[in-house]
Amino acid sequence: MGRKLLLDKAHIEGIRYYDTYRQHGGYAAAEKALKLAPGDVVEEVKKSGLRGRGGAGFPTGMKWSFLAKPEGVPRYLVCNADESEPGTFKDRYLMEFIPHLLIEGLLISSYALGSNRTYIYIRGEYAWIPDILEQAIGEARQHGWLGKNIQGTGFDLEIYVHRGAGAYICGEETALIESLEGKRGNPRIKPPFPAVKGVWDCPTVVNNVETLAAVVPIINIGGEEYAKIGTGKSAGTKLISACGNINKPGVYEIEMNLTVEEFIFSDEYCGGIAGGKKLKACIPGGSSVPILPANLLLKTAKGEPRLMTYESLGDGGFVTGSAMGSGGFIVFDEDQCVVRHTLTLARFYHHESCGQCSPCREGTGWMEKVLHNIEYGKGKMSDIDLLWDIQQKIDGRTICPLGDAAAWPVAAAIRHFRDEFEWHILHPEEAQQ
Amino acid sequence: MEFSPERLSKAKEIIARYPEGRQKSAVIPLLHLAQEENNGWLNVEWMDYVAGLLQLRNIEVYEVATFYSMFNLKPVGRYVFEVCQTGPCMLNGSDNIIAYIKKRLSIGVGETTPDGLFTLKTVECLGACGYAPMMQLGKHFREHLTPERVDAIIEECRKNAGVLN
Ligand SMILES: NC(=O)C1=CN([C@@H]2O[C@H](COP(=O)(O)OP(=O)(O)OC[C@H]3O[C@@H](n4cnc5c(N)ncnc54)[C@H](O)[C@@H]3O)[C@@H](O)[C@H]2O)C=CC1
Ligand SMILES: Cc1cc2nc3c(=O)[nH]c(=O)nc-3n(C[C@H](O)[C@H](O)[C@H](O)COP(=O)(O)O)c2cc1C
Ligand code: SF4
Ligand code: FES
Repeated sequence: MGRKLLLDKAHIEGIRYYDTYRQHGGYAAAEKALKLAPGDVVEEVKKSGLRGRGGAGFPTGMKWSFLAKPEGVPRYLVCNADESEPGTFKDRYLMEFIPHLLIEGLLISSYALGSNRTYIYIRGEYAWIPDILEQAIGEARQHGWLGKNIQGTGFDLEIYVHRGAGAYICGEETALIESLEGKRGNPRIKPPFPAVKGVWDCPTVVNNVETLAAVVPIINIGGEEYAKIGTGKSAGTKLISACGNINKPGVYEIEMNLTVEEFIFSDEYCGGIAGGKKLKACIPGGSSVPILPANLLLKTAKGEPRLMTYESLGDGGFVTGSAMGSGGFIVFDEDQCVVRHTLTLARFYHHESCGQCSPCREGTGWMEKVLHNIEYGKGKMSDIDLLWDIQQKIDGRTICPLGDAAAWPVAAAIRHFRDEFEWHILHPEEAQQ
Repeated sequence: MEFSPERLSKAKEIIARYPEGRQKSAVIPLLHLAQEENNGWLNVEWMDYVAGLLQLRNIEVYEVATFYSMFNLKPVGRYVFEVCQTGPCMLNGSDNIIAYIKKRLSIGVGETTPDGLFTLKTVECLGACGYAPMMQLGKHFREHLTPERVDAIIEECRKNAGVLN
């Protein structure tokens, strides 16, 4: 059994409430951190090797040390709880079942960064979760963990929950900042990174829910100890939200050294493919990362077992590999149609494009149309090359990575499942059904 | 039109969450309140009211209201079925659920039943992919949908609305 640092207490009755959370060791990390200098907390996070759990995997300690600190200008911490990447539902699980873990992580992180006002930007559709978070915030305040002069340290902190209103793009950190400022979610050009110029032009750190929750066990066990879990540059534990055609969909915490095969087939995790069917393919890191056929999923092109780590999932680049991404693990059984799935993703990205850049705005719509034609038996052989051409013309030519995220799944589907596209074109009547 | 006293005090509390002079940040939360107050949709009058409360130009509010998919700019039924149709839900049969709801309610996507009770919308991934197929109904999610569950939800809504059939 793998070590659990985030979900170890998730099944305790009443853990959603302060008293139970505290009885089970909650806020011990906060107690410890508040006795350290803020810079030492940052050091501990650096030592841990923690990487951003929102998808990009950027080293958290490094990002924190990049935060600009001009005199007299407030700094902000913003928690990214927009979670909208198809296949991803881990942050919701954390917030719904152990909200105090996030609040404690926010307290420690805000202290480390010097943020006196911290916002949780949560996707609007998670409409019942703000109540849970606000209840936890209220309890934390009652027990002296929020408000003025926290535990006599002179540190003040307020945490506010800010609800979005339905827009995938608002998970991109600069779009999120625009949205938090009360505007449309149009991404900004980076650099400047938020660490220099973020919300209301002030230095801002944006971190994912899981990243900030992981700060709690890091302080509890120490950065060095945390860094020993997992392998290489994949330190610690990671939440994986598993879905698709498996026996046991859900949210799992894994140590980053498990093989993909064990994750899919062992009873401790996904429990194998549903209905006794065969594994066909998998998107291992949320809809934006490349799909892999079963053989390349379980073993790298070099024939080594593939592991649930940043390095191993990425082994082979986008030609024979994929990525850890957001940890949204989507499994396909042998009866699933890759063309149809790719069409739903193309529609998704077209729907979610903010429209600022023409390659993304036009290209996503065009890919959706061409895929629609192929799926419904109206495609031509040249459409496959056309799709390839469109995705290439989006990739790398846009303000934010949503454009790339729309291009990559199409590229990977064609690369690995070209025969299915051809089949739809050659069998229009059967394809229509 | 204006907020009920409870919503108005909630609105004031929300505005105070942002630094001085940054009250524009409250526009999305206040539009949510306005939509609740106005039976699930926003008209120009309500948007202008929110603009007035936040001392914004009206256009600044329209810009926001038209960008975000949760704001309904035309009336909707009392119960809005927002069924997810993205990849992971599709792998678990969301197409069949959408077809079933269409048949049961005799409406298409984006339409409202003549009695004004139900609207059917399709939406993109709501973060419940492991519990698919699913839909949002009001504040909550309904997961692991089957035709039988859909029937039960329809009955439950009719009962809550006091409609017996
Ligand atoms: N969790 C979810 O629902 C979703 C996650 N994603 C993930 O998002 C990823 C892309 O995210 P981006 O933010 O565009 O990646 P990025 O690589 O630009 O940035 C990652 C983080 O590091 C920071 N950073 C990078 N270089 C920096 C520097 N020199 N100074 C200061 N800070 C720096 C950025 O501000 C950001 O917070 C994708 O890999 C995808 O997996 C995408 C869609 C949805
Ligand atoms: C289109 C798009 C959507 C994103 N959505 C999310 C999201 O929902 N949640 C998230 O944490 N990060 C999301 N990200 C990544 C953020 O921009 C950013 O990298 C992240 O919040 C940083 O936190 P981390 O370092 O803790 O991962 C998205 C990025 C892009 C390009
Ligand atoms: S890539 Fe797409 S979503 Fe990103 S800024 Fe450009 S148009 Fe908007
Ligand atoms: S795909 Fe339907 S909830 Fe994620």
